[in-house]
Amino acid sequence: MSTELKEKETEAETETESASSRQSRRMEQKRQRASRRDLKEEAREEIDDADDTIEIKVFRFDPEVAGKEEPRFDTFHVPFFKGMTVLDALIYARDHYDTSLTFRHSCRQAICGSDALFVNGTQRLGCKTQIADLEDHLGSTIRIEPLPHQEVVKDLVVDMEHFYDQMEAVEPFFDADELPEGELEEQRQDRENREKIKMSTRCIWCGACMSSCNIAAGDNEYLGPAAINKAYRFAMDEREGEDRKQQRLNIIEQEHGVWRCQTQFSCTEVCPKDIPLTEHIQELKREAVKNNLKFW
Amino acid sequence: MYEHDVLVIGGGGAGLRAAIAAHEEGADVAIVTKLHPVRSHTGAAEGGINAALRDADSWEDHAYDTMKGSDFLGDAPAIETFAKNAPDEVINLEHWGMPFSREDDGRVSQRPFGGLSFPRTTYAGAETGHHMLHTMYEQVVKRGIEVYDEWYVSRLAVTDHDDPEDRVCHGCVAYDIQSGEIGGFRATGGVILATGGLGQAFDHTTNAVANTGDGPAMAYRAGVPVEDMEMIQFHPTTLPSTGVLISEGVRGEGGILYNGDGERFMFEEGYANNEGELASRDVVSRAELTEVNEGKGIEDEYVHLDMRHLGEDRILDRLENILHLAEDFEGVDGLEEPMPVKPGQHYAMGGIEVDENGETCINGLYAAGECACVSMHGANRLGGNALPELLVFGARAGYHAGGRDLGEARIGTGPSAMSEEEEVDTPVSPGAIGVGDEDVAADGALVDPSEVIGHHVTVEEQRVTDLLEKDDGVNHAEVRADVQETMTQNVNVFRSEDNLKEALEDIRVARERYQDVYVRDPSRTFNTDLIHTIETRNLIDVAEAITLGALAREEFRGAHWRQEHQERKDDEWIKHTMLSWNDGSPKLYYKPVVLEGEDKTYEPKERSY
Repeated sequence: MSTELKEKETEAETETESASSRQSRRMEQKRQRASRRDLKEEAREEIDDADDTIEIKVFRFDPEVAGKEEPRFDTFHVPFFKGMTVLDALIYARDHYDTSLTFRHSCRQAICGSDALFVNGTQRLGCKTQIADLEDHLGSTIRIEPLPHQEVVKDLVVDMEHFYDQMEAVEPFFDADELPEGELEEQRQDRENREKIKMSTRCIWCGACMSSCNIAAGDNEYLGPAAINKAYRFAMDEREGEDRKQQRLNIIEQEHGVWRCQTQFSCTEVCPKDIPLTEHIQELKREAVKNNLKFW
Repeated sequence: MYEHDVLVIGGGGAGLRAAIAAHEEGADVAIVTKLHPVRSHTGAAEGGINAALRDADSWEDHAYDTMKGSDFLGDAPAIETFAKNAPDEVINLEHWGMPFSREDDGRVSQRPFGGLSFPRTTYAGAETGHHMLHTMYEQVVKRGIEVYDEWYVSRLAVTDHDDPEDRVCHGCVAYDIQSGEIGGFRATGGVILATGGLGQAFDHTTNAVANTGDGPAMAYRAGVPVEDMEMIQFHPTTLPSTGVLISEGVRGEGGILYNGDGERFMFEEGYANNEGELASRDVVSRAELTEVNEGKGIEDEYVHLDMRHLGEDRILDRLENILHLAEDFEGVDGLEEPMPVKPGQHYAMGGIEVDENGETCINGLYAAGECACVSMHGANRLGGNALPELLVFGARAGYHAGGRDLGEARIGTGPSAMSEEEEVDTPVSPGAIGVGDEDVAADGALVDPSEVIGHHVTVEEQRVTDLLEKDDGVNHAEVRADVQETMTQNVNVFRSEDNLKEALEDIRVARERYQDVYVRDPSRTFNTDLIHTIETRNLIDVAEAITLGALAREEFRGAHWRQEHQERKDDEWIKHTMLSWNDGSPKLYYKPVVLEGEDKTYEPKERSY
């Protein structure tokens, strides 16, 4: 009898307790599982399981950290998966091996222009560069460096101030001579004219072109392909009017403007948005000549 | 200390528009942003900008479509203000030189979009956001507006009154990413939060790495309620491997969805007999996942979006960018084969509670764009409504902070707008762990603006020093991955009580682990390890708020589907889910939805497409 009663009590107790004790047991398990999450360990397992792995050799520099004040290269071993980009490989290395590995990135889809890098000796967007498209990607080491000809702030991050200054030097804003009056009145733009400026409006300010340009490397005041392309975008927009176009041509015709370009096409080759930069620069040269003839 | 009349935090669409507006009012305005403005995620928006521009269309129709799309959780004053002002804002952009796609007569083109009764979506190819962002940044340059780029705002400088409605925001604290300087910023006219999305709380998202919900998290901890946080939009067409967005424009132009059996399931399975692929986003996302769950997906994961029949010319003319995205991020040629797509986190309808003038309940603190909740999207946002929203309400916040009288707002904010309190049964307690975890210590002492900012700068300096000096601990990336994983698994398109509770437990564990987080990189130069660590804290707070809202809302409305409650319960649930931080012990309550418009009341109707 007494035993039976005792058993019942225990059962009842277990039931009332069960919800909260189950809860705390589950929480404890979760805590343990979470604390076991070790990304370095995860990387070891993933590398073992991966069909293929790659090696990336990354430029490192930090002016205020011992051991990094002198530039060096660090090599990271990363499991390869189909569709992997250079940016994916960098993120993997950072999150799994060394959280101090520093590079700019945001959108992951080639629109924010943050991650122009020097990959195997070419300016490319990290997020748009498939590892599989790099030659010998599985056999050799992929070399990732900051954009050349720009001051390195840290690791793969370069100082963009000069690039931004050049962009802003061409008065990069729409400025119509006059606007239509009346409620909801829009300016008309021919489809053809919109098509003409279309490619030039695709610039994402990544700086790859400027970094690839020999002229810009030698002449710090050269406006550079991106800024001239920006000037082209407005000079060719029929909505702006002749007076403004005149001013724009004056800007790009200056000593460090379009005439510096020696049509080496390096900017056009590296542009991740396929903007025909060299053609745009050439066309502005022709416009400038035509314009000068007009005033003779 | 840096001082301006108006501070705008964030340099995306809403921030740029707000800055231009405040500048127009004559204010000395500065933008403080963790990315250079042209890097902002507004640039990734593809589809378009809705506005009733033509005679055959009307703002009233646009307002009705938006209210219906919101599943009657949007507030009429917000929606009507929006629909009336959107046309002016689009014409503004045109006057600023935006390269819109054009009709033969040279006017701005418009195309059909999901949930719209008129083809009113203006666009610039399939890269509308890129053009809009750059066009507005150009205007910021033209006006000489100061931009502190790569400065990360980590804290609002708010007074510490007990009642949030008595508090004043005097500025913020920001960290210069390049130099490591921690600066106090004072705003005499107002601080406008325009920090964008919070998609990084999930692991499959169209959002950028920078979209970490900083604004909602900071405002929430400073005492501003967050509203309808459970309302998360999952976009039906994202690329499976990366989450990269494939614009609704593809379906707008006639793209078709097929399941693994080659069925045009939107029609054949009866998900949307009238609108098919162009039904509202929540409807299409659920349909896709239902197909996959029933074994009719492809590789058990996705469905196909086919645009081949549109022809190369039309695709190149209007959707060229889509070809590049499919090729670069999925290795698929959209001219030759269908594109794999699945739902992905895309947009937060909820956010920082504001009124039609962009004001929060804290004096001097505003919010606009995705980080804010006016609320106009309610339970579901229509495609093409985010860009005009950030224009309309970005501008209003800017004008108001700059001193323009916009009239009294009809939408109430703050604890005083509460209609009923709620107790939710949570498996673990949410909110802060221990003391000293609040952004405002409510003892009612600190009121002088310089002292308030000085106090917050000191606290922030301490936090950064502690994080940098710790030699060992938990890597923030592990905590972040845990949060993202549980959110995608448990707080997704389909939600159940068990899953939501599980997510709350996981988030609690993440919060506990975060106590031991450390920054491995000791440098003051461009320390992204530090920035990501601070962001991760924000993600924990927003993930928890989303989940708490989802657990409280026991009905199915718009994007929010509950396994146990599969119908819309209008008698009980035409109200906003509100969550206040309450100095670390989050409190849930409700606020009524305003269905009374200027001239009519919007009667809830069944939402079928």
